[in-house]
Amino acid sequence: MSKLTTMQEAVREFVHDGDTVAIEGFTHLICFAAGHEIIRQRKKDLILARMTPDLIYDQMIGAGVAKKLVFSWLGNPGVGSLHAIRRRIEKGDPAPLEIEEYSHFGMVCRYMAGASRLPFMPIRSYYESDIPSANPRIVPIESPYGDGTVYAVPPLNPDVAIIHAQRADADGDAQIWGLLGCQKEAAFASKRVIVVVEDLVEESVVRADPNRTIIPGIKVDAVVVEPLACHPSYVQGYYDRDNRFYLDWESLSRDPDQLYAWLKDWVYDLSCHADYIEKWGQAHWDRLKPTGSAPSGTVEYGEYA
Amino acid sequence: MTATAASELGFSRNEQVIVQSARWLEGERICFVGVGMPNIAVNLAKRTVAPDIQMVYEAGVFGAEPMRLPLSIGDPTLVTGATAVTSMFELFAYYLQAGLIDVGFLQGLEIDRYGNLNTTVIGDYARPDKRLPGSGGACEIAINARRVFVMMPRQQKRSFVEKPYFRTSPGHNPDREAERARGWLGAGPYVVITDLGEYRFDEETGEMMLVTINAGVSLDDVRENTSWEMKVADDLKESPAPTDEELRLIREELDPEGAYSR
Repeated sequence: MSKLTTMQEAVREFVHDGDTVAIEGFTHLICFAAGHEIIRQRKKDLILARMTPDLIYDQMIGAGVAKKLVFSWLGNPGVGSLHAIRRRIEKGDPAPLEIEEYSHFGMVCRYMAGASRLPFMPIRSYYESDIPSANPRIVPIESPYGDGTVYAVPPLNPDVAIIHAQRADADGDAQIWGLLGCQKEAAFASKRVIVVVEDLVEESVVRADPNRTIIPGIKVDAVVVEPLACHPSYVQGYYDRDNRFYLDWESLSRDPDQLYAWLKDWVYDLSCHADYIEKWGQAHWDRLKPTGSAPSGTVEYGEYA
Repeated sequence: MTATAASELGFSRNEQVIVQSARWLEGERICFVGVGMPNIAVNLAKRTVAPDIQMVYEAGVFGAEPMRLPLSIGDPTLVTGATAVTSMFELFAYYLQAGLIDVGFLQGLEIDRYGNLNTTVIGDYARPDKRLPGSGGACEIAINARRVFVMMPRQQKRSFVEKPYFRTSPGHNPDREAERARGWLGAGPYVVITDLGEYRFDEETGEMMLVTINAGVSLDDVRENTSWEMKVADDLKESPAPTDEELRLIREELDPEGAYSR
């Protein structure tokens, strides 16, 4: 069954005010185009979950779509800070932001518990740390088998996960390579899943390499074909991280006026991601191409008739 | 004071910290790497004292062979040519929590005498003066990596503090019995490398102790840049200067733009 739709339709139908939304992807495969569409549709009171909020949540939280952030590392990776989010946490400017904070392993295990329909996941972390005192949902428990204390983290079941993949078929069977982050766990934990891809492929392409399938179509509600949707993040084998953009965000996001001007020029005043691609211009995209080719070898699955 | 001393010696403070960190990796096999200075230190060690070291990145990469200086811990250059790419659950559960990581690098805005590190807030947690990134994987690295190397490239009174605003990643426990009863795989902070010298932890007290002092740095410099009375090892030595080859590798191969090392 084809679930093909546009980003506008997918966000309109599957992202609702007040939802818990997870646009996952650890540095890699962060679907900025979905975040921009959520901003354009002026969603509100969202609870945004991501291990690393990254620039995408700085943009969304700066634009005022969220009331709460669930995260494990709040920074501009390799560069500095996320200033729109920091203003809201440090000064309540222009409005307070509720936060719920974990470590990376804690966040991963929250999705894992959510995806497995477990009441919690036990982990060997948080000992002698102040993190559990800042977040009472992280709870020490005794092992029932008498081998000491572990910490429990609660399941995270987002209303909607938005996952970018290199390719999927029209049913949403999605294949990812490169850094996998926690996208599989986030997708299985979520009530609704939007898959966004660089390439739409025939089902036979998926079936020729089933080990690469991260999310099966059975979990997917919508498939959006949106090349270059992860800029300024990257897609392994397709385009590189736009590091200049990450560096520039450090100063741009310090100044609310510059931030709002950026949102106006690059989000509100554009109708869709195709406009964004055109506005940057082809030369920009050419510069972000990988410097060379590095194909995987092929493996033999064998036919067993 | 110290800054001029170092530059007069022909290398930057950061270069000295990177070189000393790399030398501590001699003979180590599996190292959890962070972006920035730790990344340069581990890559330097791979070219000098630890040619067989496997680099592990929390983004889910084991055995990375980056062709360029990674721009972040999730750089695509870490994936291409790596031994294994894993989900983050596998990386944190099977590699780190199960004890495969020999050395983890940590940094922090604040550290105390026991090696507790703060990367969360300056000020009150609920309404901080300065919101920092938080834990990321640091808390689990502190607990589960066999040994922890701490890089603090700017030792000052406000970074070497009596009591951090927040304890993100645990160090040693002053109750030594309690530390022995922890049952963690990790032995905690092993060495702290700063722009003034190197520190180890006293087995008896769990407290930091100056063991080497950098050229051009005095004990008064160390005391003026520490909020508590720093213990000094009986056999305090001067840190050996970076060699020409180490500096060449940093300047020509690992960080030609000087983003982290100047």
